[in-house]
Order: sequence, then structure tokens, then C-alpha cells
Amino acid sequence: MDYGLDKKSTSLKTFNTIFIIVWLLIACFPFIWTFWGSFKVRADFFSRSDWWYAISAFNTLIETGGKFTTDAYTQAWTEGEFWKASKNTIIVTVFVVSISLFLGTLGAYALSRSTEKYAFWILMAALIFRAMPHITLVSGYLFPFFELQIWGILPTTIVVLVAINQPFTLWLLYSFFKTVPKELDESALIDGCSYFQAFRHIIMPVMWPGVITAGLFSLMLAYNDFTVTALLLNQENHTMVPKIQSYLGTNQHEGNLMWAVSAVVSATAPLFMLVMFFQRQVISGLTAGAVKG
Amino acid sequence: MGIKSPLTQNLMPNKTFFWFFLPTGLAMILFIGLPIISTGIQSFYAQHDQVVKEVKKCDPFGCTVSIVVDNEETTKLREAKPLGKFNGFGTYVDRNHLAIDEIKKFWNETENFGAFVDQVTNLPFYKALIFTLTYCLFVTPNVLLLGFIIALSLNAVARKIRGPLIFGTILPMIVTPLVGSLVLFWMIDSQGIIGANIQNLMNDPYLSLKSSKTLTWITIIIYGIWHHSPFAFVVFYAALQTVPQEPVEAAIIDGASRFQRIKHIVLPHIYPVVTFVALISLMDNFRVFEPIIGFSAEGSAQSLSWLIYDNLVNEEVILFGSAAATSMMTIVGIAILLAPVLIRTWKEFKTAR
Repeated sequence: MDYGLDKKSTSLKTFNTIFIIVWLLIACFPFIWTFWGSFKVRADFFSRSDWWYAISAFNTLIETGGKFTTDAYTQAWTEGEFWKASKNTIIVTVFVVSISLFLGTLGAYALSRSTEKYAFWILMAALIFRAMPHITLVSGYLFPFFELQIWGILPTTIVVLVAINQPFTLWLLYSFFKTVPKELDESALIDGCSYFQAFRHIIMPVMWPGVITAGLFSLMLAYNDFTVTALLLNQENHTMVPKIQSYLGTNQHEGNLMWAVSAVVSATAPLFMLVMFFQRQVISGLTAGAVKG
Repeated sequence: MGIKSPLTQNLMPNKTFFWFFLPTGLAMILFIGLPIISTGIQSFYAQHDQVVKEVKKCDPFGCTVSIVVDNEETTKLREAKPLGKFNGFGTYVDRNHLAIDEIKKFWNETENFGAFVDQVTNLPFYKALIFTLTYCLFVTPNVLLLGFIIALSLNAVARKIRGPLIFGTILPMIVTPLVGSLVLFWMIDSQGIIGANIQNLMNDPYLSLKSSKTLTWITIIIYGIWHHSPFAFVVFYAALQTVPQEPVEAAIIDGASRFQRIKHIVLPHIYPVVTFVALISLMDNFRVFEPIIGFSAEGSAQSLSWLIYDNLVNEEVILFGSAAATSMMTIVGIAILLAPVLIRTWKEFKTAR
């Protein structure tokens, strides 16, 4: 929207710049501050006497002899068993993303190529499913899972997360498949391909941007989930987010709050890097459903 | 003609559609459809009462009969009927849910309407409902507004530096609500950087988030706006790129002010996107729950989803029935929220055919 005709006055430009700076500060400072604070001891980051200690590292200097300490990280990762939680997160995320994409691309392709009435109803049902609060679904799972004795293990959680994720993946991929011209698969069908062959060899190769976007969103769902993982996994199998919450629960223990701080940083950093790398795809995914409307 | 051309109206035959859709359909039916039914069934059951027995105790001074809990029988009963006893709509109307009897009582006993409302809003379900609705009511419009302003604002800066600015803007949205609220909580806590400074500024060493219900609510609402605005921003920003230039240029030549241009050209163009963002954000806000844990605000702010969570992590015995009843009522709430949209889409679909 760079209009040649649109002349902005200097005061408007200044105002705009100030607004953006203030907003970016609000959006980013909490993360920078937490990152900074994770290298301090608790008495500094949560200082009872003077908040300036968090910057001057008064207690950190006394307790560890340096201005920065990685104690919180080492303790959380070893003693706090955060390594186990991150291992579980990696397992859950990898499986959820791959299964979601496999099921989602097949289903969304069919939806985008069918003109029957039921395709519309399926999309509407998916929209309703998308609106269900996850906790209401979890309250439906718990009892049957206890009875079937499949509660607490990773595979159950993976399947549940895949299913919860399907409505959004379907909508997203559906809008991407719609942009792939039908003539492509039609010509393949005339040449004697089966639908699956056309899907596999003609459509998928041009769908990579859409698949990457859908994959990223599945990844963010699985990686960030708290409701499902906290209630469906046992202590041993907890992923990172419920693990962080468990550090909060035992506040009286001196080290634990700092464990939570360092764990938050450890869990957030990879996500930020990933999004930085795939920023374009994230944005196209968020808008795919909206802009066509 | 025996040859079926794939170039007919319906490109994909039903059978092919079925096989393509089966895996994802099965996943959704098994793990979204069935759980809703399972929740519905569970909501009609309540956990068993403990089995009691009379025990006769005799000592030199005589015999007493006391009633004690028969643990063995209780366990046996629980194992035989794990779902609990049938309770009908009992759970729905009990004190922790719709509280019909209590409301009747308050209605008869209280003198004026204000006192009645006070009493009712102290019941757990209504308390949670009011918080959830207040949260939706304040967060959703502000998210739309702030997101739109940021989008307009970023759209006016030079293209070269937009990338990093967008990255900074979407950070609050990428992190999970629990982490996002924790990060803020650690700053505004009385021992954190912002909290401590506000205490100094107000000269009140006891001022803290937990000290007042209103402050807690405001904090959670601000958190909600902070977390959701980036989503509105991204969608609006993308929509702004599609605004046609000719009418805007014509308006500039005709002397329309910036505000007039936005009101009469930009807003009508992105209107469908605004409804989309409003809908998604309303659905997400209605299930607010993690920030309550992140801000440890259970004392003064409870949402519907939090009530369900609280029942499910109950220490002694998981209150399946109670959680399920709240869940069903939450689903009804979602249905009411979604109804206008569904009706509109259905009408559009019918006219499009």
C-alpha cells in the first residue's frame, strides 16, 4: 500500500514510529527480561528488597561469584529432569506433525475436489469441532481411558492431539488445495492415473508451501499443548509445558521457581527460532482461511 | 454412453472420497465426536456415596452403635460400577452447577434485586460464567481494535524493515498461554520489575496482584489482549495488502482525509475478515483457562474451563460427573456463540448453489 499520492505529514510519521516502538517494547520486553533473569539467582530475579538487583546481580555475585550463572539451567535439566520432558515433547511433536499431515492432506484433497453437499457439512462439522474447548474433550476421554487402561502413555496423547488438530489442518489445507487448479488432476486422470496417483505425483509436489504451513501449525499445537498433556500423561511422561507447571507447584523449594524460569526460556527459544525461519509460512497460513472470505 | 468422463460436474466419485476421507474422519469421530457423547453420558452419573455400616462396640461401660465407612464395600461398589450411580439431571441442578434450589431460596429471602444478584454471582458456576463472559466481552473488541491499529501502523513503514517488526509483533501469539502468562506474571508480581515499581510509585508496600479481585481481572484481560492481538494483526495486515489502490487514489484526489479513507474504503473491503477474526477470537477467549493457572489467580478469577480442570485434578476422587455437566453447559455456550455464524454460512451456501 505505498501510494505515490499519499503524502504523510511529519507529525504522523513521528507518531507512527513512536507507536510501533512502544508496541514492540510491550510485545518483546517480557521475553527479553525473562531471558536476562534466567541467568540470575532467585534472590535477584524475584527480589524482595530491590528490583534493581535483577540488573546489578547483587545476590548472584555473592552466591556464585559471577554476574551470570547457568545454575538454574543445569539443575532444571538434570535434577529437574527437564531433559526427559523435552525428549517426550520431541517424540510427541514429531509423531503428531507427521500423522496430522498424512491424514490432513488426504482428507483435505478429497474435500477440495468434491462438489457434493456432504463436503460442505463435513467442513461445518469440522468448524464446530474446532470450537470445542479442549478441556471438555479431555473430560470425555479420562474415564474411558482409565477403563481401557491406556491413560498416561505417549501414544494415546499423540492420537488425541492428532484428532484435535485435524479440524484446523483440514480447513487450512482445504483452502490451499482450492488454489491448485483442477485441470492439473483432470489431465492426469485422463492420462490413466488413479486418484491416488494423481494426488501423489501431480498435486503433492506443488503443495509443499501449504504442507509446510500446516505442519508448522500442528507443531505449534503439539509443542504448546497444556490441557491434554497435563491431564492425559502421567508424571513420568510429562512434556515440557506441564513440567514447567509442576515446577511452580512446589514453590517452597528455593531452586524451583528459577527452574521454571530457565525451563520457560529453554522451551521458548527453539520455537522462536523456528518461527523466525518460517515466518512467511506462518503468516500465509493464518491468512489462508481469512483472506479468501 | 458407457464411458464416464472425469470432466463431469462432480469430479470425485463418492467411493474415492470415502477412502480419502476415512482416516481423518475416523480420527475426528473417535476422538472428538465420541468424547462429546461420553461427556454427555458421564454428566448423568455421580460418584458413589460411601457405603456405611453399623458397628457395635462394647466395652465394660456398655455398648454403643456407631456408623463407620465400609471401605471394602465402597471399593467393591466402585469397581463394579465405575461410572457411578445414575443421577439424571441431578448434577446439573446441584449447588455447583445451575443451583436451582439455591436461586429459588435467594429469590424468596433477599429483599432487593441487588442482594439477589450478589448471592447468585457467588455460586461457583455463575461466578465462572460471569468471568468468562466478561473476559470475552473486553478482550475480543480490544483485540480487533489493537490488531487493526498495529496493522495500519506497520503497513506505513518502509518495506525493508517490516520483516523483523512483524517477527517482534507475533511473539506473544507463538508462546503457549501458560508460558505467556507466566512471563508477564513474573514481571508484575510484587517481587518483579513492574510490580515493585508500582508499589514504590503508589507508596503502598502491600499493593499486589493478589490483593484485589478487580486488579486480577484487569491483569488477565490485559494479558488476553496482549496474547491475541498479534493474530488479529497478522490477518488484518494480509487483508490490507489486497485493498485495491484505484479507489484509494481517487479518494486522495477528491480530498478525503486519512480517517475517511479508512472508514469508507479500507474497512468495507476487509469487513469479511473482521468477522472471521472476531469469531475465532471469541471461540478462543471462551475457553480461557491457562492464564488463570499462570497468574495463580484461582482465588479471584475462575472460568468455566478452569472449573472443569479443577474437578478433573481433584485430589481424593475425580469428579467425572461434575466436570462432564460443566462441559456440556460449556458446549451449549459455544453452540449459542456459533449459531449466528452457522446460520449465515448455511444461507450463503444455499444461495450459492
